[in-house]
Amino acid sequence: MRLPPWLLSDRAGLVLLAVLAIIGIGVPVLNLLVPPDNPLHLTAYTVTLIGKYLCYALLAVAVDLVWGYMGILSLGHAAFFALGGYCFGMYLMRQIGTRGVYGDPVLPDFMVFLNWKALPWYWNGFDMFWFAALMVLVVPGLLAFVFGWFAFRARVSGVYLSIITQALTYALMLAFFRNEMGFGGNNGLTDFKDALGFPLHADGTRIVLFVLSALALAGGYVACRWLVSTRMGRVLVAIRDSEDRARFLGYRVERVKALVFTFSAMLAGVAGALYVPQVGIINPGEFAPLNSIEAVIWVAVGGRGTLVGAVVGAVLVNYAKTWLTGALPEVWLFALGGLFVMVTLLLPYGLIGLLRRREAAT
Amino acid sequence: MSELISELDAAGMHPPVGPVDVTHGILLYLEDVSVSFDGFKAIDRLSLYIGDGELRCIIGPNGAGKTTMMDIITGKTRPDTGRVYFGQTIDLLKLDEPAIARIGIGRKFQRPTVIEPLTVLENLELAMSGARRMRGLMTTRLSSEERDRIATVLNRIGLTEQGGRLAGILAHGQKQWLEIGMLLMQEPRLLLVDEPVAGMTPAEMDRTAELLRSLAGSHSVVVVEHDMGFVRSIADRVTVLHQGRVLAEGRLDELQEDPTVIEVYLGAGDAYH
Amino acid sequence: MSSRTPSRAGFLALALALLALLGVPSAHAADDGSVRVVLLQLRDADFDGKTELIEKLVTLDHPRIAVILKALSDSRLYYQEEGDRVVIGLGDAADIAIEDAVSGAALGKAGKRDLDRITANNRLRSLIEDRLASLGLASTDPRQRKAAVEAFLRNPDPAGAERLRARLAVETDNELKDLLTTALTLADLASDDAAVRAKAATALGGRLQPELRGPLARMAAEDNDPVAREAARIALTRTEFRLQMLGWAETLFFGLSLGSVLILAAIGLAVTFGVMGVINMAHGELMMLGAYTTWLVQQWLPVNWSLPVAVPLAFLVAALVGIAIERGIIRFLYGRPLETLLATFGVSLILQQAVRSIFSPLNRSVATPDWMSGTILLGPLEVTLNRLVILGFCIAVFALLWLALQRTRLGLEVRAVAQNRAMARAMGVRSARVDALTFGLGSGIAGVAGVALSQLTNVGPNLGQSYIVDSFMVVVFGGVGNLWGTLVAGLSLGVANKLLEPWSGAVLAKILVLVFLILFIQKRPRGLFPQRGRAAEV
Repeated sequence: MRLPPWLLSDRAGLVLLAVLAIIGIGVPVLNLLVPPDNPLHLTAYTVTLIGKYLCYALLAVAVDLVWGYMGILSLGHAAFFALGGYCFGMYLMRQIGTRGVYGDPVLPDFMVFLNWKALPWYWNGFDMFWFAALMVLVVPGLLAFVFGWFAFRARVSGVYLSIITQALTYALMLAFFRNEMGFGGNNGLTDFKDALGFPLHADGTRIVLFVLSALALAGGYVACRWLVSTRMGRVLVAIRDSEDRARFLGYRVERVKALVFTFSAMLAGVAGALYVPQVGIINPGEFAPLNSIEAVIWVAVGGRGTLVGAVVGAVLVNYAKTWLTGALPEVWLFALGGLFVMVTLLLPYGLIGLLRRREAAT
Repeated sequence: MSELISELDAAGMHPPVGPVDVTHGILLYLEDVSVSFDGFKAIDRLSLYIGDGELRCIIGPNGAGKTTMMDIITGKTRPDTGRVYFGQTIDLLKLDEPAIARIGIGRKFQRPTVIEPLTVLENLELAMSGARRMRGLMTTRLSSEERDRIATVLNRIGLTEQGGRLAGILAHGQKQWLEIGMLLMQEPRLLLVDEPVAGMTPAEMDRTAELLRSLAGSHSVVVVEHDMGFVRSIADRVTVLHQGRVLAEGRLDELQEDPTVIEVYLGAGDAYH
Repeated sequence: MSSRTPSRAGFLALALALLALLGVPSAHAADDGSVRVVLLQLRDADFDGKTELIEKLVTLDHPRIAVILKALSDSRLYYQEEGDRVVIGLGDAADIAIEDAVSGAALGKAGKRDLDRITANNRLRSLIEDRLASLGLASTDPRQRKAAVEAFLRNPDPAGAERLRARLAVETDNELKDLLTTALTLADLASDDAAVRAKAATALGGRLQPELRGPLARMAAEDNDPVAREAARIALTRTEFRLQMLGWAETLFFGLSLGSVLILAAIGLAVTFGVMGVINMAHGELMMLGAYTTWLVQQWLPVNWSLPVAVPLAFLVAALVGIAIERGIIRFLYGRPLETLLATFGVSLILQQAVRSIFSPLNRSVATPDWMSGTILLGPLEVTLNRLVILGFCIAVFALLWLALQRTRLGLEVRAVAQNRAMARAMGVRSARVDALTFGLGSGIAGVAGVALSQLTNVGPNLGQSYIVDSFMVVVFGGVGNLWGTLVAGLSLGVANKLLEPWSGAVLAKILVLVFLILFIQKRPRGLFPQRGRAAEV
């Protein structure tokens, strides 16, 4: 197999893919084959944790594609992540069947609790895996397309766009908190049992989900890398740096933006769909504006417009979060806030930018 | 591959407006065009005709409406009244900016706008006509015909040596040329060039003048410029704009004798000489 | 929220309490002793005897009579063997707090079994209500007279009507005269003459006292005279209509009130975002600081004096923090709005956590001063005073800001820098100083808004977050750089929200407004009142 030149010249990307391959093989081995009393053994908790990071990393790649390359600072990408998660969560809910607390064969527990008699129409089809998997792409993609189509056509850009993307995710959060929406309100969707007949709590299923997350991240990365290596990638940069120039060169800027925004939303949706079965719950808190902004800061820390930086930033920041919220919970928000300030002031090109500059200097 | 691209070009790239009809020898018509911002008349019943293959200079004091006129031609600003035609048949007011660019009107901004993080080659590739359809965009390679086109333009703007450099590190004058080169990649019929020599050294100005003169004939070129020396070195015909309308039109030496022109512009603006 | 609208049913009780508290001891008031004597007799009397004793009590003209009678009517009047006295129970548990019936002195708690309840039956109760009404009617305090008439409205009886007529003859207070006439007209509904009934019904149409609707509705349904029925029906329709209008007015007021909060939250942003083009995501946290300042002030000063001190102090605190943010962070990021957004968001997280660490993550309750509690009548509309005060406060802040920007040197410089920074500098404006002061001004206003918010919502570390999206939407909706736009946008969004609420519920209303805004911005990216021309291109 020969790698195409656009991938061959992407050294950092090759390193990333190699690392992903090592993790994708190594983690299952250390979890399944190394006995629990061996210090090298990885617990199921750790596997899930790393799987979670991989999902976040995919979300970060999606954010970097639109922010780093196209200049659209989306403060609502967590909404697409959450929508993907909800779509897959709905499938998992339907799989519970009669094993729920109320034992209703069709209705999820929370609907029985609310005294609903029938499944709302938009829950139809989610008992089928292929349908749910399709919706994981379609729902976030459609929302992003409709939103982007109107917003970009109206030439809403810069901070205005950021503000309305934030309003979008905020509105969705409020909506999903309502019981009447039929998505479990405050509690969201949880108590999942199995997917495609495999119990979610079994080690094997966890490992499969983990490997799928690694594959999704690798695939998402390669797709984005390819996209930015094509002429389209140059158009994106042109749009970012001088939208008018791109337009006077004859590019339909709003269409390009809407399409790439949609693609990015779909990636975020996939990340959310893989995230939900691993953490076992999805609730409206995932729509919180803070989540979207956190995703942006992952990208900023790693270095925007590099794709690899997004992955690095997502993993590092989330590792720090896991560690700090455990060890010094008081400090976490200070650290995160400080990170926002420091990165924007001192590290505008992120860690990858720092590395590249050091490399260029020597 | 190149045939496929030109086929795509013919099939869908250009909006369905047909070829430019210049049977009367006029490429661009502006007739009775007015536009006002919050009551301020930026353009006031302006009429202007640009011949096919003509090189026209537009001069006028600040606020005369030069940039607004460019905005109207390229679709950035909609006039309140008036007609703007490209050739006999194409109504520019019905088209948006990308469509206007695609039928063959290229615009260079006042401030050089090249895409700095891309190389000179990539900038030209970006501007290449035929690349704008989605299918044309989804490729990482250049065909040999495309390579040739880029090489030709590089040579023409004198940046062959700099092809692999990032546009951001070019000298100011080189950026101006690169931008003109990007317009050429669009294969336009009409080039609108806003202040091409601002901040250039005399030697750079001479090369720019040469470049623009070489374009006339095969293209129509409209140059907005303050530098009278430069205007004299390139233009056959000069239009003087004042308060949003045409004050006078003719050869520069004629205009310099015209008392009204002297009063509003040249007389007050000796510094421009 | 501390203001509670007393229900109509509770009004009598309230009025009676007032009667007891404020009751002017007249020159020939009965002494406590004679009241005690009657009360002790009350204990052993049968119901007929009690009737006589009640009549006797009424004539005694003692300030506690109303309280005692009310207690008897509520079965809260007891005889206590220990001390041989009559007491009033203040609760209904096994051990209840008691007070002396005559002196009102608290007597601690007593077990229910040691108390001997003095019973009343319904006949006695209506007698008591009637006598209380007359007691009230004769009072020198117009509030008590009003309460008495309202008692009659709820339970009109012929004897009462006579008393009202007598009172009307001597009444001087216009509002009460009106109420008395209404009450007497109500009494006419019971007339045997159909023509009188019809006339009375017509006269009652459009009057808002809720007690009128029952009798009118009954009459519209049951009266055997068709003319009277029709008159009652029309009267009811008129009342409905007026009530509906009143409902709209109420909605409008609530909308304006919400709008004033939105404006307060957004107006500082209108300065930093609108004038300077700086996105300050920590704006909400600056409001939070203002609210906490209020809380701190209340730890040192009496509540009634706290707000006048808190307003300037909150302005100062928030302004100083704002200036620190501008000097420390934002000034390095001018021209990079997206980075500014992220950095200030970081600041907001730090401020939140700082408050959480210093003041605890729990909400702090900020007290409402007496002069802002309760309700007030605006015409027929009963509004809560704190909302009214905040509405006025919002207008005052807006006016002051507008004057500051239009009439002061700083305002001139701010506008100059906003329009053309380079030119302003060339004219000798120290733009760095102007930036810092402008940002301080916007932040200070956020602090002041926080003082107002502390009177409406819980003061906690998350206070700011709940307003940030809303306030940005207000600024964008109104048109960036346009203070009037912010005013119009805030008020109209507030009213729209409240108009939707009864139909859709509060949360959905908010969502709908957000969705509307998102769509609106797509249609008019520059808001309601856009800035046009070259300046807007920046």
